[in-house]
Amino acid sequence: MHFDTSAGRNPIDAQTIVGRPHRRIDGALKVTGTAPYAYERHDAVADPTYGWIVGASIARGRVTRIDAAAARAAPGVLAVLTTLEYDAAPPGFRTTLTLFGGAEVRHYHQAVALVVAGTFEEARAAAHLLRIDYDSEPARCDLAAEAPKSEPIADRDGPDYPVVDRIGDVEAALAAAPVTLDESYGTPDQTHAMMEPHATTAAWRDGKLTIWTSAQVVSWHRNSLAQALGLAKEDLRLEAPFIGGGFGSKLIMRSDALLAALGAKAVGRPCKVALQRPLIANNGTRRAGTIQRIRLGADRDGRLTAIAHHSVNGNLPGAFAEAAVAPTRLIYAAPNRDLSMRLATLDLAEGNDMRAPGEAPGLMALEIAMDEMAERLGIDPVAFRIRNDTQVDPRRPQRRFSERHLIECLELGADRFGWARRNPVPGSVSDGRWLVGMGVAAGFRQNLLMPSGARVRLEQDGRLSVETDMTDIGTGSYTILAQTAAEMMGVPIEAVTVRLGDSDYPEAAGSGGQFGANNATSGLYAACTTLRATVAARLGFDVEDVVFADGMVTAGRRSAPLLDAAKDGPLTAEDRITYGDLDKEFVQATFGAQFAEVAVDRFTGEMRVRRMLAVIDAGRVLNPLTARSQVIGAMTMGVGSALMEALVVDTRHGFFINHDLGGYEVPVHADIPHLDVVFLDHPDPVSSPMKAKGIGEIGLCGAAAAVANAVHNATGIRVRDYPITLDKLLDRLPRVA
Amino acid sequence: MARAQAAGTMGSVVVALTVNDERRRLDLDSRVTLLDALREHLHLTGTKKGCDHGHCGACTVLVNGVRINACLSLAAMHDGDVVTTIEGLGRPDRLHPVQAAFIAHDAFQCGYCTPGQICSAVAVLAEVEAGVPSHATGDLTAPVTLDTSELRERMSANICRCGAYSNIAEAVADVAGRS
Ligand code: FES
Ligand code: FES
Repeated sequence: MHFDTSAGRNPIDAQTIVGRPHRRIDGALKVTGTAPYAYERHDAVADPTYGWIVGASIARGRVTRIDAAAARAAPGVLAVLTTLEYDAAPPGFRTTLTLFGGAEVRHYHQAVALVVAGTFEEARAAAHLLRIDYDSEPARCDLAAEAPKSEPIADRDGPDYPVVDRIGDVEAALAAAPVTLDESYGTPDQTHAMMEPHATTAAWRDGKLTIWTSAQVVSWHRNSLAQALGLAKEDLRLEAPFIGGGFGSKLIMRSDALLAALGAKAVGRPCKVALQRPLIANNGTRRAGTIQRIRLGADRDGRLTAIAHHSVNGNLPGAFAEAAVAPTRLIYAAPNRDLSMRLATLDLAEGNDMRAPGEAPGLMALEIAMDEMAERLGIDPVAFRIRNDTQVDPRRPQRRFSERHLIECLELGADRFGWARRNPVPGSVSDGRWLVGMGVAAGFRQNLLMPSGARVRLEQDGRLSVETDMTDIGTGSYTILAQTAAEMMGVPIEAVTVRLGDSDYPEAAGSGGQFGANNATSGLYAACTTLRATVAARLGFDVEDVVFADGMVTAGRRSAPLLDAAKDGPLTAEDRITYGDLDKEFVQATFGAQFAEVAVDRFTGEMRVRRMLAVIDAGRVLNPLTARSQVIGAMTMGVGSALMEALVVDTRHGFFINHDLGGYEVPVHADIPHLDVVFLDHPDPVSSPMKAKGIGEIGLCGAAAAVANAVHNATGIRVRDYPITLDKLLDRLPRVA
Repeated sequence: MARAQAAGTMGSVVVALTVNDERRRLDLDSRVTLLDALREHLHLTGTKKGCDHGHCGACTVLVNGVRINACLSLAAMHDGDVVTTIEGLGRPDRLHPVQAAFIAHDAFQCGYCTPGQICSAVAVLAEVEAGVPSHATGDLTAPVTLDTSELRERMSANICRCGAYSNIAEAVADVAGRS
């Protein structure tokens, strides 16, 4: 099905099942520990060997020698694979990294060996017997020091935008503006810290490979691994039915998959490898830290006349920029604009996708700047954002937003949150020892369209089976796909079986960039549309005026049980959704307004988030229960971004020193209050036949800035360098009388 | 306490455990953690490994009724112990009330921290029942009540990167309110 004109009325609009809260259909498996993840496939692989990855202990240079004799002789060891014995594997999709092979070391904890043994304990013990010599070169790892040497760079995901994106004359507009701002903001390197480590079980049989792995997009991993192994993609089967979180870390193939495959081949037995937790931050990818300079100019009425946003970050040679200016292109109106990015070289783990790449760090900065500007103008920050709303792409004013209800998000949120009670004078509200403040921020994230396929089968017993290589990384894919099939075919959700994450199934969009839900359900919509036609033909109905409901197929006064269509055998339909130019004709995006109330201990600077609200405009919400979980999860990550998360660089040795879950702090229960979410109801017919849009990332966009702005409102202290830890407040807290 | 065996692998130990009401006897490398004994030797993979060194709580199980991080404990230390894992609390067709509440409140997303969260929650309810105080307890002489700050404090060793805390708190409060 090719989607190139705005969707009219269709069977999903009935919303008898789609659009309603449904408990997860895979919930019982997850709460009983019976959902199988990649490293625990005893059902599929009886007697695996165990691999232990050894990471480089330098950031940059070459491996000159690996003495593996003692490790090879250690009890239980079956093989030691060293990087010097393998050719450098070609980089996979969306990465510049060699995951294994060759002498060159480009970042700390790059995999340089795999020890394979009969047991986990034997592999781990033997790994410590390796003697590895390096020629090391000085690593570039301090962003502030390298930034002056940075080069202009284009946005890999926005190739249509000029490297230096200028409209009008920003300098003149700033010079003429009665109120201006020129500040610099810092966002740190972050790590995904998903709870399930990267993990793969690999088994070869007759030259063909099967891997059970933790992948967000099955086809990306499969293609990358096939290429790295020099294998035809048909000879590689990948299964990923359950994934213990990803947030972008599992978007691209990692070393566990390649090494499990190589290890299994070397020992002639299945092999499983989990990337040890302390390796993940330096071996995996990161969200790149940024230094952003923002300049704003406005007239006295609070209308922006100029926006300039420049971001610099660092990455490995040849790798990508964190597109922090991306949201600034589209979130606010202003006739004069100047946006650009620069990239410095850093020999750290590769900067790559993490939840809402670009938008999340960009809005961390921009939405503090907007708060500061509102303050300078003496305008309420909610009103200031509303005043600068745009309904068109500022770069191409004839290009409108398909649906954009940011103003409604802000107004409704202000009302629900009790924003009117906020005292605009910072540091003026006390509650015992606590200083209390409220903050707001706007959220913006693009809606991405990707082709996606699915297969649906009407079984002879009347049940439906859905198969697609779509993944459920916690997002609720199983459930929304079941809802979609049930709605389309007029059966209860209990009659639908959904099978996911298997490369033998039709290729789907996968999970990432908040593109999963809308595209995968649209692919299934396409398959169900075909199945409806087949069913109608079988039953002698004209598909145009047929209604599928309550297990019956009805046209006019005639009706027949759906089951009858399959009496001679199951009916199968397979299709995929592809898209025309509607995303070029219209800007498709999601919006949010984030509100936070934060209390700051006037003596210690300790910060507690007391309550938070997000109002989200993301098209049709397919399942409000699971969608809400996506948003509160993102808000939780936003609190982490605001108050605690930062990878700290050891500039002597060139690596992230807090590379585990003890040193890299993420929010825990005690940090997070009850979180409120409101969804606006604005289905977007330009996005897809489902009229849905992305939901997984918009909840993060603006969340950290709302907390930061609340800290400022509470204390009067403006911290522009995330995370806002109490040491940055202590010497500036109001004097205690 | 188990003794090193004369025969078998060097450094092996025999451990007898009761796991989910079943008596199990294992001949293990003495370096095997309780977590890996469960996951790799008994194939009870409901207990998760998130970090393998006590930072995340994914491996939380009940040992003699008390919650511990199974990754921080060698199996050899548990000879004679009674271990309850997520599989022992309930099954898909016969859910424990906390498991059912997690589904009702959508108190998880990816599900990887979930068995640990549920085992912790079950233990928290018992701790409160037994009057065990926490860092958040105000009056040490009064009976402990499971208010929001008690609950959040007691659950804080279980990380959920999917960020389901708000829903987890409601699921557990729901069960606590009912019992
Ligand atoms: S696996 Fe035991 S605490 Fe993380
Ligand atoms: S549900 Fe994914 S980490 Fe908690």
